[in-house]
Amino acid sequence: MGNPMKIRAAVKDGVTEVKVLMQHDMETGLRKEADGTLVPAWFITEVKAQHQGRTVLEAQYGQSISKNPYLLFRFKGGAVGEKVTVSWTDNKGDTRTDEAAIAA
Amino acid sequence: MTNRTGREAINMERRKALKTGGGIGLMALFGALGLLQPGKAFAEWNKTAFSSKSMDEALAALGVTTPESSEAIKLTVPEIAENGAVVPVTVVSTIPDVEQISILVDKNPNVLAANFTFPQGTEGMVTTRVKMGQTANVVALVKADGKFYRVAREVKVTAGGCGG
Repeated sequence: MGNPMKIRAAVKDGVTEVKVLMQHDMETGLRKEADGTLVPAWFITEVKAQHQGRTVLEAQYGQSISKNPYLLFRFKGGAVGEKVTVSWTDNKGDTRTDEAAIAA
Repeated sequence: MTNRTGREAINMERRKALKTGGGIGLMALFGALGLLQPGKAFAEWNKTAFSSKSMDEALAALGVTTPESSEAIKLTVPEIAENGAVVPVTVVSTIPDVEQISILVDKNPNVLAANFTFPQGTEGMVTTRVKMGQTANVVALVKADGKFYRVAREVKVTAGGCGG
């Protein structure tokens, strides 16, 4: 289990804007410790966002995505109080799922 | 411990393959390791694309040949990034029916940063943050209605993103 995500979803004029801040080290596998040993690659590979059970965005990440990845996207529809669920999987098989209610 | 030496051995192999065989050698190596899995489900993480070391390799792995340059895609990146570890990237497409947006950094060790898939009803826009090791071009690749479009912008990096 990774650390919790921060998710903000707000609907305006029939479009829901979702902002997600994931907490993850996103190690590239290229960085070296002070003693020269390579820090193994450890990063989020897949992200999926759902609204009321329907997938609204799917993403695949590589090592070039920054630490604690930020994501913003918009989908049509959504009503105040409905749930937006975001989940990620990293290259070590760890996963995390969080949800937020859509605000006005 | 055995695990670690095993992994190092693979890394060495990979490095050798890169040096000597170039693209073909790398593909063969991935094939041998069982990492190349053609015909896998669409949503599967595209190992080949994300391991690409050059723009051409990445485009080939994504199935793109010659993307059209398009004014209809707006790529927003800073002109100068003081911190290469966190470079905000926003892609907004005014082309309708966007199916996919990919973000690439041409001089990063792994060129492909992210690949977003848009179901119907999701707007053709996305904001993310990428790492940049050095001054390079950020490329946005948009797939809409089966066609590929591309737009590139240079970002000057004054401090590298790979040192952490």
